[in-house]
Amino acid sequence: MNTSALVVMLATILLVTGLTIYFFYQVLNTPSKPEPDSFRDNDDLKQPAATNTRS
Amino acid sequence: MSENTESWGSRMGLILAMAGNAVGLGNFLRFPVQAVQNGGGAFIIPYLVCFLLMGIPLLWIEWSMGRFGGKSGHHSTPFILNSMHKFPLWKYIGVFGIWTNIAVAAYYCYLESWTLSYVFHSLAGTFSGLSQEAVSNFFNDYVSLGTSTFGIPYEPIVFFVVCLLLNTWILSQGLADGVERVAKIGMPLLILFGIFLAYKGFTITAGENGAINDSTVGLNFLWTPNFDKLWSPSVWLAAAGQIFFTLSVGMGTVQCYASYVKPKDDIALNAMSAGWMNEFVEVVLGGAILIPISIGYLGIDRVTELVQSGGLGLGFRTLPYLFYQWGEVLGAISGMMWFGLLFFAGITSSLAMGTPWIGFLQDEFDWARKPAAWSFGLIVLILGMPTVLYFHLGVFDEYDYWAGTVSLVVFALFESILFAWVFGMTKGWHEITSGADIKVPGFYKFIIKFVTPLLLLWVFIGSLVTPKNGDWGAALSGNWELDNGSIVKKLANASLKEQIAAATDAAQIDLLNDTLFFVNAARILLLAVFLTLGFLVYIAYKRKLREGKL
Repeated sequence: MNTSALVVMLATILLVTGLTIYFFYQVLNTPSKPEPDSFRDNDDLKQPAATNTRS
Repeated sequence: MSENTESWGSRMGLILAMAGNAVGLGNFLRFPVQAVQNGGGAFIIPYLVCFLLMGIPLLWIEWSMGRFGGKSGHHSTPFILNSMHKFPLWKYIGVFGIWTNIAVAAYYCYLESWTLSYVFHSLAGTFSGLSQEAVSNFFNDYVSLGTSTFGIPYEPIVFFVVCLLLNTWILSQGLADGVERVAKIGMPLLILFGIFLAYKGFTITAGENGAINDSTVGLNFLWTPNFDKLWSPSVWLAAAGQIFFTLSVGMGTVQCYASYVKPKDDIALNAMSAGWMNEFVEVVLGGAILIPISIGYLGIDRVTELVQSGGLGLGFRTLPYLFYQWGEVLGAISGMMWFGLLFFAGITSSLAMGTPWIGFLQDEFDWARKPAAWSFGLIVLILGMPTVLYFHLGVFDEYDYWAGTVSLVVFALFESILFAWVFGMTKGWHEITSGADIKVPGFYKFIIKFVTPLLLLWVFIGSLVTPKNGDWGAALSGNWELDNGSIVKKLANASLKEQIAAATDAAQIDLLNDTLFFVNAARILLLAVFLTLGFLVYIAYKRKLREGKL
């Protein structure tokens, strides 16, 4: 590859991959907030799925 | 208050669903072609600048609007916008957030059904032993409803209906048990398939398996920066447009998904995580497949010619043939992976398109989830059939232009003005930072208030009155002749009328006249859908007034 293409490609790939991993890592390492939160999996009392949908 | 009590299963599920909403076929088919046509490696500069100044602010605006509306039990844009400001017009502007999704789903599900069909054809070995021309003709015959390779009558219609049934059934299962579950399976598989194909794209060697170039030739072609192009407004306009399509902003889906997030939960970090995941798929994976593989086997001249007709041609007419240069088994597996990743990219987006309509019916008309989902399927079937039956007469492109292109810019412009200037930046900033798990840089307050709306205005005006051949220099010096691709000329069907005037063959004139008829009919149909949705919003508003819910 020519130098300018290689520099642009590597800089872009490293920047985008680095930031993607950084924000994903932040999400994985942030403790969940106390109840009630948005997420069913964190609920203290597990409810049958049907009660959460109005089907 | 709505009785809609659905919620996301997990934070990771929400992020994957939101990323899946953004990641679409355009990440793999549109981005590399745009980059090649707009300065190669230099395209990435305006692209990333537009992502920082327009993409990220719009993500934060839409996530905030959604969570804010969700507090009052609203899960679709008409009444999310109404909850932000009581001026009556806002709720009708919010109709864009349902209309765009229904109209885009109508043609997008057809496109998605091609990928599903091609997965089966790849596994069945349909493309094995075919010449490049035969593979290309297969696609032409397919969209002309001309062949029945599997012995199924009207195969494209069958796959379209199957795809639509699948979407509708998943939607009917609910947010956590349907949409989120598909995102949790689809997104990791998409990335896995993408990494495999990107590896193949990076390791092509000239002389092996019929390759005429090393991968470096294709990578040079894609990434060599032509910095002169940075001074062209057309390149910046193309970059801004690509950011729109890739993030699925200006559609109403982000607001809808975010409306199921509770007030104290984060949106700032979630938005960044989903947004950057989309960028990874587009820039890193999308940039390593289509162009390097095509140039490796076809050469620069042939690919330059092929990209003029867009990424769809390369993706469906060329790649299935090229994969078979790697042998029978690897060719079939690669084809399955390529169309499989396109299918997962498509379905995670089309599911998002169904949720605003379903949320609207649940909130405003007390519908249950299942009938609301099936009503979406029925509407998309009715609205989508013209794109299947009259594909060659411009209906598909017409839907794509008005619903999938123009509408996004218009709605994003309105919502950025509403958020920053009408709702107000003080309240808006509070919404963005409330519960945030990251520190949002303070300068984004200035960007959201001034830079983003101005950029959006520029994109809209640039599309409305695009100068001929994108020559802004000539336009600004007084010779502002409109391009046939501008909204104004498009509305007047200038290009079609020029073609009719220049045509001499009677059959061709008939075909062009038919196209003109179907293009206008498609517009009337789309307008009728918009007006109907506006009327439903009016009925819902009156109903809320009667019940004292406003």
